Amino acid sequence: MISYKLASRLAAALSLSVIAALPCASQTIAITGGKVYPVSGPPIENGTVIITNGKIAAVGANVAIPAGAQRIDATGKIVTPGFVDASTQLGVQEVAAVNDTRDMSARGKDNIAAAFRVWEGLNPNSVLLAPARKEGVTTFVIVPTGGLVSGQAALVDVVPGTTTEMILKAPVAMVAVVGDPLSVGLASRGEVIGKLRELLDDTKFFQTHRDAFDRAQTRPFAASRLDLEAMIPVVEGKLPLLVAVDRASDIDAAMRLARDYNVKLMISSGAEAWMMADKIAAARIPVLTGAMNNIPAGFAALGQRQENAGLLRKAGVEVALIGNAGGGDEEAFNVRNIKQEAGNAVSYGMTWDDALRAVTLVPAEVFGASDRVGALKPGLEGNVVVWSGDPFEFTTRAEHVFVRGREYTDRTRQDLLVERYRNLPSTHNTPPLQ
Amino acid sequence: MRALFCLLLAGAGACASAPSQATTSPTPARDSTQADAGRGGTSTPNADPFPSTYVPFASRTTVIRNVTILTAAGPMIRNGAILLQNGKIAAVGATVDAPADALAIDGAGKYVTPGIIDDHSHLGVYAAPGGNALSDGNEATSPTTPQVWAEHSVWPQDPQFPRNLAGGVTTLQVLPGSANLIGGRSVVLKVVPGRTVQAMKFPGAKYGLKMACGENPKRVYGQRGGPSTRMGNVAGYRAAWIKAVDYRRKWDKWNADHKGDPPARDLGNETLAEVLRGNILVHNHCYRADEMAQMIDISHEFGYKIRSFHHGVEAYKIADLLAKEGIAGSLWADWGSFKMEALDAVKANMALVDHAGARVVVHSDDPSGSQRLNQEAAKAMEAGAEIGLPVSEDQAIKWLTINPAWALGLDDKIGSLEKGKNADVVLWTGDPFSVYSKPEKVWIDGALLYDRLDPSEQWRTDFELGFVPFNRN
Repeated sequence: MISYKLASRLAAALSLSVIAALPCASQTIAITGGKVYPVSGPPIENGTVIITNGKIAAVGANVAIPAGAQRIDATGKIVTPGFVDASTQLGVQEVAAVNDTRDMSARGKDNIAAAFRVWEGLNPNSVLLAPARKEGVTTFVIVPTGGLVSGQAALVDVVPGTTTEMILKAPVAMVAVVGDPLSVGLASRGEVIGKLRELLDDTKFFQTHRDAFDRAQTRPFAASRLDLEAMIPVVEGKLPLLVAVDRASDIDAAMRLARDYNVKLMISSGAEAWMMADKIAAARIPVLTGAMNNIPAGFAALGQRQENAGLLRKAGVEVALIGNAGGGDEEAFNVRNIKQEAGNAVSYGMTWDDALRAVTLVPAEVFGASDRVGALKPGLEGNVVVWSGDPFEFTTRAEHVFVRGREYTDRTRQDLLVERYRNLPSTHNTPPLQ
Repeated sequence: MRALFCLLLAGAGACASAPSQATTSPTPARDSTQADAGRGGTSTPNADPFPSTYVPFASRTTVIRNVTILTAAGPMIRNGAILLQNGKIAAVGATVDAPADALAIDGAGKYVTPGIIDDHSHLGVYAAPGGNALSDGNEATSPTTPQVWAEHSVWPQDPQFPRNLAGGVTTLQVLPGSANLIGGRSVVLKVVPGRTVQAMKFPGAKYGLKMACGENPKRVYGQRGGPSTRMGNVAGYRAAWIKAVDYRRKWDKWNADHKGDPPARDLGNETLAEVLRGNILVHNHCYRADEMAQMIDISHEFGYKIRSFHHGVEAYKIADLLAKEGIAGSLWADWGSFKMEALDAVKANMALVDHAGARVVVHSDDPSGSQRLNQEAAKAMEAGAEIGLPVSEDQAIKWLTINPAWALGLDDKIGSLEKGKNADVVLWTGDPFSVYSKPEKVWIDGALLYDRLDPSEQWRTDFELGFVPFNRN
């Protein structure tokens, strides 16, 4: 009995880790017969996607299938790029209420934590990664939270291995929060903006007076050396400033700030962004928002509505869809529900094609990684999902999920629990491991 | 800003009605002939100190034809018809006879279901826009507060109410929060505009008692007098019930013989005694299987029934026990991992519990989720199908309607489309288990209270006037 249990336990452990970690990068895979949505181009009926050495090698209607390729018949199915969730705490938060599993925030100095690289705390062994991937999310952005300047975000693939192996690009953005002065010990919105202006001023000054700083011959700065250092790519316009902001006037203030300092701005959350849609479109500012929240959840979000994403898109804004309903741990455990956001976005005015772009190519583009993920195009990572039907519908399953050219079929912790309790014994004993 | 709204809303026809925004809250005439005189409580000596004043809104005889009907009382009727008359469902079937003057709605391509019932809501007690001023859900001053009643915290102008209605929700149980071992009385509301909470109260509905297991009470009270452990929690429940049993005995005796002075009144024990008499239904927030089993033992010890376990992320581990005890599971489709006791959440929870023969209720505990309980059910259906336990639409609609109606003790009045039941009805734009479907029209007691096609007639709370710059559609 004991040896049986041990053996089962070992088998379970193996199924979770070792099997999942064997890369077969040299393999060639041919996905044939499906309706292929490259996203970077028009859909292809009866299309073929070839993945070789972990990368997409060919996409089209008339593609020769290399000899020896492993064939996946996708007839009657839909083939898309792996989904990208543009704002998560996946891998840096395991159990929200257990503090030592939370690594998405930094204390910083005076709520400025620009030097904080959130991916340093990424746990590749998080049990929440596999459920996201199982439902078609192959790539995600880890966004630090809290403070005035929260830190730097990273774009990662859901692959086993080390943090370095998971990362596609880091940093992809500097994250800041506008419009919540009390949470950062300030008294008003104006003071928040003033604090950010001071930081940007000091960064510029620091950039040109580094020698004087090192000789301790500069005035005191609003941030530490490391934070100022980290802010330099932001004032150079190389690293976007991703601002979490809801109220229309706060969005306007963030846009004024960005204009004054020539900062590349991105907006996340953006409850009232639809009220500024034309201006946001004209300034070519991407917005990360969801389609499942219509609650005036505070005086900064009185205009929150489910049509936000659709209205922004209609005005010409690049919209990436993220979880915003505000419940159920959508930032980690339920990253998989990004497809439900997309379906609801369609239901509230976005076109289906735009909704698909909003969970694939748009996040890749706005974070500067469309040469790696977000589309089905030769040379990109082999992040491909074969869906049994419309990916946004509840009855649809992600039947094959490839990340960097390898298919993942590993059982999640949730699968193991279901297997264990699927057939309950007649006693209150725990069912044996299966 | 006004010009911008007009531009953006032009497609929805909101421009024309924009000037009248300030008066668009519908206050249709009440139909007093339908007043459903009911007493909301039975506690002695004062049975119903805050009686419902709900009167149905004016309704028009309405027939919906050529529509797919999920009745929650039998197999789906394709291309069927339903007649709403005098606030009740007058007929439902393949065909119905409707009076000549009935409003006829063509439901081609659409679905009709009973009104959705959310048995776990905090609307009104945690009203939007939030903040301390509107935080009225947890009387977190003592771990045992059976003396508080949720209805005394409900703000009828919570803008979340009309959003719930637009999500097809026609009945809500508003519960106190889960900070306390015994959190107080719930209240069952119709999702209707009312100047007072009494005008929203479901006539004749039993009260519920909110209890809570596990992490929340010990977290809230751990540093201030306890309980600080799960064993402290259990001692707290038992201590309260011991007093309640004693209280009930004294009052029952006095009620029988009226000898001498009546016993001293105690508000908390009045509520608990009513639970022991079976007149108040226990709704127990509890995540873990082992704790649910202990709560069941406590209910046996003191002779009360648990009506439903709420959240129950581990319900699938004791689904057989829930079935045997006749306890419903008011569950989420996929919430988990936000705390230790939510760690073992699985998406197949509802399917597994249903398969074991226990009643499944799709609940929200969330003002956003409550607007899409149909979508939550759809996710759980798919999770069942994935492990070989498919759930039919006929079964899943019960999770949203008749099962929560049972959990509230109202399954004789609402929760299914059967002749004589209250005409709480939702017309959906398509299959309610599709991500693309939304409620198009919602009737409560036969009165059309929400019409997606006519934003100018949608209920706007007082709070929204001026503050919320758009009409929902």
